Amino acid sequence: MSVKMPETDAAVLSRRAQIVKTLRTIVPGEGVIDREREMKPFESDGLTAYRQLPMVVVLPETTRQVAEILKYCQDNGIKVVPRGAGTSLSGGALPLADGVLLGMAKFNKVREIDFENRVAVVEPGVTNLAVSNAVAHAGFYYAPDPSSQIACTIGGNVAENSGGVHCLKYGMTTNNVLGCEIVLMTGEVLRLGGKHLDAEGYDLLGLVVGSEGLLGVVTEVTVRILKKPETARAVLIGFPTSEQAGACVSKVIGTGIIPGGMEMMDKPAIHAVEQFVHAGYPLDVEALLIVELDGPAAEVDHLIARVEAIANDCGAVSCQASTSEQQRLLFWAGRKAAFPAAGRISPDYYCMDGTIPRAKLPLVLRRMKELSEKYGLGVANVFHAGDGNLHPLILYDSNKPGELDRAEEFGADILRLCVEVGGVLTGEHGVGVEKRDLMPTMFSEIDLNAQQRVKCAFDPKGLLNPGKVFPQLHRCAELGRMHISGGQVPFPDLPRF
Amino acid sequence: MTDVLKPADIHQAEEAVRWAVGNDKTLELVGSGSKRALGRPSQTDITLDLSSFTGVTLYEPDELILSARAGTPLAEIEKLLDDNNQQLDFEPMDYGPLLGQPAGQGTIGGVLATNLAGPRRIKAGAARDHFLGVTAVTGRGEAIKSGGRVVKNVTGYDMCKVLAGSWGTLAAMTDVTIKVLPKPETEATVVVEGLNDGQACAAMAAALGSSCDVSAAAHLPDHVASYFDGLLKAEAATVLRLEGVAPSVAHRTGMLAKLLQSFGYVVTLDAAGSQKLWRSVRQVAPFAADSALARPLWRISTPPAQAHRLVDLITPAAQMFYDWGGGLVWVAMPFEGEADAGSIRRAVVELGGHATLVRAPAALRASLDVFQPQEPGLAALSKRVKESFDPKAVLNPGRMWAGV
Repeated sequence: MSVKMPETDAAVLSRRAQIVKTLRTIVPGEGVIDREREMKPFESDGLTAYRQLPMVVVLPETTRQVAEILKYCQDNGIKVVPRGAGTSLSGGALPLADGVLLGMAKFNKVREIDFENRVAVVEPGVTNLAVSNAVAHAGFYYAPDPSSQIACTIGGNVAENSGGVHCLKYGMTTNNVLGCEIVLMTGEVLRLGGKHLDAEGYDLLGLVVGSEGLLGVVTEVTVRILKKPETARAVLIGFPTSEQAGACVSKVIGTGIIPGGMEMMDKPAIHAVEQFVHAGYPLDVEALLIVELDGPAAEVDHLIARVEAIANDCGAVSCQASTSEQQRLLFWAGRKAAFPAAGRISPDYYCMDGTIPRAKLPLVLRRMKELSEKYGLGVANVFHAGDGNLHPLILYDSNKPGELDRAEEFGADILRLCVEVGGVLTGEHGVGVEKRDLMPTMFSEIDLNAQQRVKCAFDPKGLLNPGKVFPQLHRCAELGRMHISGGQVPFPDLPRF
Repeated sequence: MTDVLKPADIHQAEEAVRWAVGNDKTLELVGSGSKRALGRPSQTDITLDLSSFTGVTLYEPDELILSARAGTPLAEIEKLLDDNNQQLDFEPMDYGPLLGQPAGQGTIGGVLATNLAGPRRIKAGAARDHFLGVTAVTGRGEAIKSGGRVVKNVTGYDMCKVLAGSWGTLAAMTDVTIKVLPKPETEATVVVEGLNDGQACAAMAAALGSSCDVSAAAHLPDHVASYFDGLLKAEAATVLRLEGVAPSVAHRTGMLAKLLQSFGYVVTLDAAGSQKLWRSVRQVAPFAADSALARPLWRISTPPAQAHRLVDLITPAAQMFYDWGGGLVWVAMPFEGEADAGSIRRAVVELGGHATLVRAPAALRASLDVFQPQEPGLAALSKRVKESFDPKAVLNPGRMWAGV
């Protein structure tokens, strides 16, 4: 672990027994965990290279308990790390040695389903898939579908602004959440949004979504639900080069088709997956596209024919449209198993998450190949081709000395490359601790300070999830200072009216 | 007469704000000025004219993105997109004609700063949902950037969201990047005739809860129906738009017409009629008419299913129509100078959502809340957010709420 975390507060640690005792008065029974063995499951999230036992784990069940815990921590200068299901791949829920780990798992109820207004009101610990399941009987679903949807929770989705394979057409979490109840560090409980559209003033909900648990603790979420499309079909298209696959993606979108999903895999990924799942993927191609169209059958059939024609124009060597739901699911089974498949061909893999302008894909793949040789580590690529979100899987063996460090350096180089070609550090996994120290490749100090001032508006003492997202912590008082100079009217050479 | 500062580039914009901060001056941010009469009347010392920031700087149709200087006329962007068979999917409406201004005057910066949307809001989102990247000068006189030029991005806080709909009170945008989308190949509208407001809300809920993929849903009651283009009769019409490829639109039109038969008599409008109709819905035609300009105008966002209850909660002399499946209600009050804010605010408390007084004489807008009043905790947080961008309150002070 190479990331420096905020200095441990010895004074807080020395009061640990008292803190645990107080927390037990707020959350009675089994809701406070302080034994090392029992805290072990909370020591990391999905980014398992980073581990740290928290000072204490608390699992509240009511908004009031959350408010009391936060107020107590605020009044006593104790740091708090919120956690959903712990599936984050960026270390956003990594505990702090002197911090309270606030687990939201017991907030697991669907509070209201309102089909007339097409919303569901759920507690943050409800899993993503459970929201869809709760409304499936009426033919509805919740659109964002991160690949961890069986396990990940809505609260975590809000914190990370999660996407999924369908977000090109249906948007990310931020486009599908209408309201939330949020508790600030002071214990204040606020409602942002509701069952209506758009904010009455500042779009604070838009700020909270994707804020990685640094602004407040969400205790209820109102999400939009949609009626399921009548039907969906997928086409599997193989290309001799990634350039041709990329050109096909651009042409599909350029002609005005927005597929429900559009995924690409490179050769190493295709091979790893096919051995594992036997989805029927062609093995003699350099790049494979899965294009899914959804809607009424009349529309889907029409568009599939158009996509096939475009693919052939772009030099596809294989093209197969699903003819049954079973076959469509099999096509996806391969893509969805890409991560575990990487785990089968390599003892460990490190999943990256940059976004690039789509047209830069061939260049990025070429440069990545060079980096792969430089670091002596293999890489397989899966790519949300429609929106440019790239997931390189770096293959390494943590038992070989130095390989984890090399994998991390390789990963950082890939992300710098993404930024260099006009992309960003993270498309959907979040900054967390993982990409924290790379933030200056995208943002100036002025940019980062402006973001931290927003944090100060929500959490002036900086006690909520410190050490994540921002490479350098500043005190709010210091950030608030302003150098003011009087003087002449600016640019007097310009006309004034 | 207010002085005007017209920076030519971002450095001059920074300099202008720093000068204002250092000399205790306040700035009114203006692009084309088309929405100047919306919000609390401003008492600023200097106008910061951002209309020099013009021009599309990047447009990649295949990547679905467009970057422009914030003062670029919206009309220029819409023309360019149209030439490439693309569009702003959020279908921004135009406040100009509602405020006695000519149509088509706004800038892209203004569209984003006021978080505009049109009838497609229910399917495609508002300006906020298409706002990918920004460079802006904060009230500290510092240029900041956020977001980027890619659709999928969670790197740092989503500052675009909070700038969208901030009415120039946080920062002066100079450059923006937005998501653009292909135009639908064709469209049609299914019309259910003669419904009352309650029946209409139920019909719209049924349509939006079906797999017909409705892209716009409005109810135009009897008393305003004649103001809308494209309708076959000047009678109450509940209208639902379907867009996409021709075979799909044909299929869904049949499906939706069948679904709505039980509500009332159903007719369909072809693409040309549908386009005309939705243009007038988007432009709030009844209340942009000369005869209506003196009426105070409210814009209410509310949960759609119960929106019709509004009728019973406010004066029967009010005129109104519903967009967004009922979730957006435009209400024109009968008498000039009487906004009847009390009954509107009470109704919104009852139904949920928020109300904005879009049009009223300046004296009235100065004396009551134009934007929805917030409960104290939320108001305090909004104020802290304002201060984090603009600690000396130099940018459009008081435009949204006193002190913000």
